[in-house]
Amino acid sequence: MTAVIEKPANKPRPWAAPPRPAWEEEPSKAGLAGKAIALFLACLAILFPLWIVVVTSLSSRKTIDEAGGLVMVPKGITFIAYQELLSGGQVTRAAIISILVTLVGTLFSMAVSVLCAYGLSRSGSLGHRWILMTLLATMFFSAGLIPTYLLVQSLGLTDSYLALILPSAISVFNILVLRGFFMEISQELIDSARIDGAGDFRILWKIVMPLSRAVLAVITLFYAVGYWSAWFNASLYLNDQDMMPLQNVMIQLVQKQEAPVGLGQAIKTGQLSGLAVQMAVMVMALLPVAVLSPFVQRHFKKGMLTGAVKG
Amino acid sequence: MSHSTVPRSSTEAGTSEKTPVASPDATGSRKKPPAGKLSLRHRFRRDRVLVLMTLPAVLLVLVFNYLPILGNVVAFQDYDPYISDNGIISILNSPFVGLENFQRIFEDSAFWNAVENTLVLFFVQLVLFFPIPILLALLINSVIRPRVRAVAQAVLYLPHFFSWVLVIAVFQQMFGGAGMLSQLLRQNGYDGIDIMTNPDTFPFLLTAQSVWKDAGWGIIVFLAALASVSQDHYEAAAMDGAGRWRRMWHVTLPALRPVIALLLVLRVGDALTVGFEQILLQRDAVGPGAGEVLDTFVWWNGVRNQDFSYAAAAGLIKGVVSIGLVLAANKVAHLMGEQGVYKK
Repeated sequence: MTAVIEKPANKPRPWAAPPRPAWEEEPSKAGLAGKAIALFLACLAILFPLWIVVVTSLSSRKTIDEAGGLVMVPKGITFIAYQELLSGGQVTRAAIISILVTLVGTLFSMAVSVLCAYGLSRSGSLGHRWILMTLLATMFFSAGLIPTYLLVQSLGLTDSYLALILPSAISVFNILVLRGFFMEISQELIDSARIDGAGDFRILWKIVMPLSRAVLAVITLFYAVGYWSAWFNASLYLNDQDMMPLQNVMIQLVQKQEAPVGLGQAIKTGQLSGLAVQMAVMVMALLPVAVLSPFVQRHFKKGMLTGAVKG
Repeated sequence: MSHSTVPRSSTEAGTSEKTPVASPDATGSRKKPPAGKLSLRHRFRRDRVLVLMTLPAVLLVLVFNYLPILGNVVAFQDYDPYISDNGIISILNSPFVGLENFQRIFEDSAFWNAVENTLVLFFVQLVLFFPIPILLALLINSVIRPRVRAVAQAVLYLPHFFSWVLVIAVFQQMFGGAGMLSQLLRQNGYDGIDIMTNPDTFPFLLTAQSVWKDAGWGIIVFLAALASVSQDHYEAAAMDGAGRWRRMWHVTLPALRPVIALLLVLRVGDALTVGFEQILLQRDAVGPGAGEVLDTFVWWNGVRNQDFSYAAAAGLIKGVVSIGLVLAANKVAHLMGEQGVYKK
C-alpha cells in the first residue's frame, strides 16, 4: 500500500502526531482509544473479506478441505487456480476482452471529454452556454432503459463491442470536473501562446494538459474503473457467450456457481478446488483497481471539489 | 439575449436555469474585452475550433441521451419487436393504443409491489446509509497523524472502485449459504444461515452492501467541507470556553450543513433509483416479491418478457415522476435557504 502524505513530507516521523495548537485540550485516553478502535474496525470490515478471498485463492484443495471451506490462515501458497484459469479458455479470454475494452474505451472517453472540456473552458466563446446546457440537462433525466435498448439495437450495435463503449462513453460530471480545472489556467498564459502562433489543439496539448496532470489522472481512473466494472450492457447487447467480459463471467462462476468451461473435470477429480477458482476470478477483478487507485488517491478531493464548485 | 459586460458571468451561471441570461454572445473575453458587440461571423471565425472540439461529446449525448427520448412513443403503442430487426422500423409500423399500457400498469399488483419495494429501500438507505459517511468523516478529520489518516483513507476508498458483481460476490462468500458465517456456525454446531437469499432482510442486506462499497467514498465531500473551516473559528470558540463537543456542534456541523442539504436534495431527487445493477444481480436470489424495484420491473418486462411497450410505459412513469422529484427537492432546498443543485 502506498501511503500518500497530504502535507509536505518534511517531518521525520510521518506516523507521529504533529503538535496541537495551544488552545486545544489534550484528548482523553478513553477518547483516543475509542477513536482508534472505531477506525480499526472500519478498516477491518473492508480488509478482512478481501484477505479471505486472496488467501483462499492461493490455497491448495487440501488446505481448503481442511479448513472446511474458506481459509483464514494461509498454509502453503499455490498458484494452481491462477495457472488453470490463465492457461487459455473462458476466463483468460474474458480477462483479455475486459482489458482491451477498458483500454480502448478509456482512451476514447478521455479524448472526447478533454476536447469537450477545453472547448467549453474559454468562457464567452460562441455557443458555449447552449452546449453546456445541452450536456447539463442530461444529468436531470434519463430516456429510459427500453428506448435506449431499442436505439442501440437499431444502430446495429448488438453483438458488437461498440455497444459496451459508445452508449456510456462520456460522463457529463467528468467533463465538468475537467472543465473546472481548465478554467483555472490563466487566460494570459493561453493568450501569450496564441500570440506565438499556437492553435487551440496545440494549446490544449502543450499547455493545458501538462498543467492538469492530477485531474487527468483522476478522471482516467474513473473512466477506466467504469469500463472495467461494467457488465450490464454486455448482458444486454451481447448474445455470444464467447464475447463476455470478465465481470459477466464472474457472475456465472461465483454467483451462479458454475464451473469454468473446460475445468469442470479438473475440479471434480483433481487438485483444483472450485472455491479457489471462484476466489481467483475475484482477485483478478479487484487487483487492477486495488493497485492503481491508491496512486491517484491524493488527487481525489481536488477532482471532486472543483466539479462541485463549478457545477 | 441580453447584453452583458461582465466577461466571466456566464461561467458562474453554468448550472442555473433561472439566472437572468448572461449571454456569451455579448462578450469577447476570450481574447480581449471588446468595446462593443462582435459580429456573429467574427465570433464564429474566432471560436470555431472550440465548437468543433465539443462536437464529439455533443453528438454522443444527442444520439444516446436525447434521441432515445423519442423512443418513448412505444409506451403508447402495442410494439411488435418481430416486425423488423430494426427497432425504428418496428416503431413506425406498430399500432398506437393510447393509454392502454398505463391502464394495465396501474392494475398490475406486481407494479405496485415494485413501487413499494422501491420506496422502502429508499427510506431504509436514507436512514441507515446517509449518516455513516458524516460520522466517518468526523472520525477521520479528528485523526491528526498524517500517515494514519492517509492509510485509513486509502482503505476506506478502495471498495468504491469495485464492481457490483465483485461486491456481491464478496458478500456471498461471507454471508451466503456456503459463506464464512455459515462455515463458522456449522463448525460450532449450529445450522448455517443464508442471508443472501432471505427476502425479509433484503433491504438491510442491500444497505450493508452500499455501506461497505460507498460509505468510505462518501466522506470525501465532507472532509473537503471540514478542511475549509478556518482554525480561527475553533480557536475563538475555545477561548470562549467551548469544549470539544460544543465546538463540534457550533462550528463543525454548521460548516457541513450546505453539503448535507445538497446531498439530501440529490438523494431525494433520485429516490426512485435505488441501485439498479446491485438489485438486478440479486433479484433472482430473493425472488421478485422482495427484489423487484421499478428499474428491475422495467428490465424484466422489457428485456426478459419482450413486452417492450409495457416496460417502456413503466419506465416513462418513473422518468416523469423522477423529474418532478428533482425539481421539488430543489424547491424545498431553496425555501430552506440552501443552494440546491442549481441556483435560484
